[in-house]
Amino acid sequence: MTTDTLQARRDVTPTTPGRRRRLRLPAAIGAGRQHHAGPATYVLLTVAAVLSLFPLYWTMVAASSDNTRVTQTPPPFLPGPHLFENLGKAWQDAALGKAMMNSLIVAGTIALSTVLFATLAGFAFAKLRFKGRNILLTLVIGTMLVPPQLAVVPLFMMMTDLGWGQKLPAVIFPTLVSAVGVFFMRQYLADALPDELVEAGRVDGAHSLRIFWSIVLPVARPAMAVLFMITFVHAWNDFFWPFIVLDMTNPTVPVALTQLSAGYVRDQSLIMAGALLGTLPLLAMFIVFGRQIVGGIMQGAVKG
Amino acid sequence: MATQTPTAAAGEPPTEEQERPVRPADGSQRRRRTGRRSTLLHRLDLHGAPYAFIVPFFVVFAAFSLYPLIYTAWISFHRAELASMDLMEWVAFDNYVALVKDERFWNALSNTFTIGVLSAVPQLLMALGLAHLLNYRLRGSTFFRVAALTPYATSVGAAALVFTMLFERDFGMINWMLSLVGVDNIDWEGNKWAAQIAISTIVIWRWTGYNALLYLAAMQAIPRDRYEAAAIDGASRWQQFLKVTIPGIRPTIVFTIVLSTIGSTQLFGEPLIFGQGPNGITGGADNQYQTLGLLLYEEGWKNYQMGRAATVAWAMFLLLILVFALQRLLKRRSSRSS
Repeated sequence: MTTDTLQARRDVTPTTPGRRRRLRLPAAIGAGRQHHAGPATYVLLTVAAVLSLFPLYWTMVAASSDNTRVTQTPPPFLPGPHLFENLGKAWQDAALGKAMMNSLIVAGTIALSTVLFATLAGFAFAKLRFKGRNILLTLVIGTMLVPPQLAVVPLFMMMTDLGWGQKLPAVIFPTLVSAVGVFFMRQYLADALPDELVEAGRVDGAHSLRIFWSIVLPVARPAMAVLFMITFVHAWNDFFWPFIVLDMTNPTVPVALTQLSAGYVRDQSLIMAGALLGTLPLLAMFIVFGRQIVGGIMQGAVKG
Repeated sequence: MATQTPTAAAGEPPTEEQERPVRPADGSQRRRRTGRRSTLLHRLDLHGAPYAFIVPFFVVFAAFSLYPLIYTAWISFHRAELASMDLMEWVAFDNYVALVKDERFWNALSNTFTIGVLSAVPQLLMALGLAHLLNYRLRGSTFFRVAALTPYATSVGAAALVFTMLFERDFGMINWMLSLVGVDNIDWEGNKWAAQIAISTIVIWRWTGYNALLYLAAMQAIPRDRYEAAAIDGASRWQQFLKVTIPGIRPTIVFTIVLSTIGSTQLFGEPLIFGQGPNGITGGADNQYQTLGLLLYEEGWKNYQMGRAATVAWAMFLLLILVFALQRLLKRRSSRSS
């Protein structure tokens, strides 16, 4: 499939002109594409939006109630008065402060390094000529098929040997790069970076790293920002490997949240308060940058 | 590996750059003729830098994915316990034989498959519909897109916790709503199919919007004149959707199917948290929703049998390869017949 999608993507590139250079959603994306939406479309979309947002809203309702109110029938639909009290208790019970800090370090480091290495590699794959380029790119994409489960047993031993058991480097190092990121930056730079610009740099005698620094980086910046956010979301939410290698004394947020479900906390409203706290940083990011993240995901999509 | 990049790109004297056949220029000669030297450096930079730029990816992949992957295979031929990993005992195919004879493996395999189908099929169909709606000219299109993507920002942990509560047997909102239409309380955790549906719901909720955006991006890349041509031929909107839109986004559909297949085989966090604690690792009291991911964890980190855990991991990988080989075969056959 990998070669198919690549092929398809390549075919489509010339037919889509510079419009996609910008990552912000063009205001009239799909403008004139066909029909205006009718009332039924709005109704259906509203239903979809409600289904998407309701569980989060309800988390907030439950987190602001007490246990009796959450477990009553019919369940409450409006927020109660105990929000901050519960948030504070959950913060302590699940040791969320430490978890938040850990997640921030983990997700931040992973996102930074992914962006750096993905931009370097994406630039090489998009604009530099070298032997074995296509094979290597296919190889990069092929690595996406390797499930992380396949590595956990030896990784666990490796991390114990390195003295990284229960420590953050154990979570950070295996995910310092991402194939998706490389592919994403390649697609972006192939379109957004004119060949002439790179050539001009060469004529001026700039070496490759200089070209990367002075020409590629400014062009790549919007895509890098989006890749940073997407990687951050993924790293923040990553669960399987952190759950195995970390423990409750030094968890990331998703690992700490399992403690809430595992019966240490019986109070349902506190569980929901913890879930809400664990999601808040990402929600805040979505409220501010949602548009850019949406644009970025669409940008990186395999197009027909 | 960060140091590698500047070294190669700054083009220090030929520290034997990878494969490049460095021009056999005598060192002293080069020092005399700087012009020639800079040409050499230039060539070195031109040919070496691309490799230096991609090497970090491959180094990290080799160290933390490829090497462990192969090592996993090696461990799977051993009896190895978590506490004494340096004392592995070679048992050849014993672990695999035991796995094939183990009822829990077939149970986990079938659960992984059914939950995979229950989550992927509705998810992708709904995403397709949602993308189609979003592809109309809309007021507030950004809002609808961001709203659809919000679940994607929710961590498995938080999402599973919320849905566990919504699916609660006695006071959960879903049972309450069902009671309004006269359905008795369902034991979403204890009942096998109910549990699998509930877990699939979490997956569907988190990923539908994301897939819809992928489809939407592909839909917008379809040239408009194809729709116009279809309209001139008298195709209804539904026919246009079937004959223009769907074929137009085929590669994306394949891509999302691959992604969700991979995701399904790895399913772990949702059932674990849904089972609330120790019950989650076994996938319920009767393993009614234990997936392969959970079985791997149970063997390795609850029973301390790393050899067996490694065997489960490789079985998963082989299955994934099998699925993709099958898919390719079917695809080839269908394209030949058409």
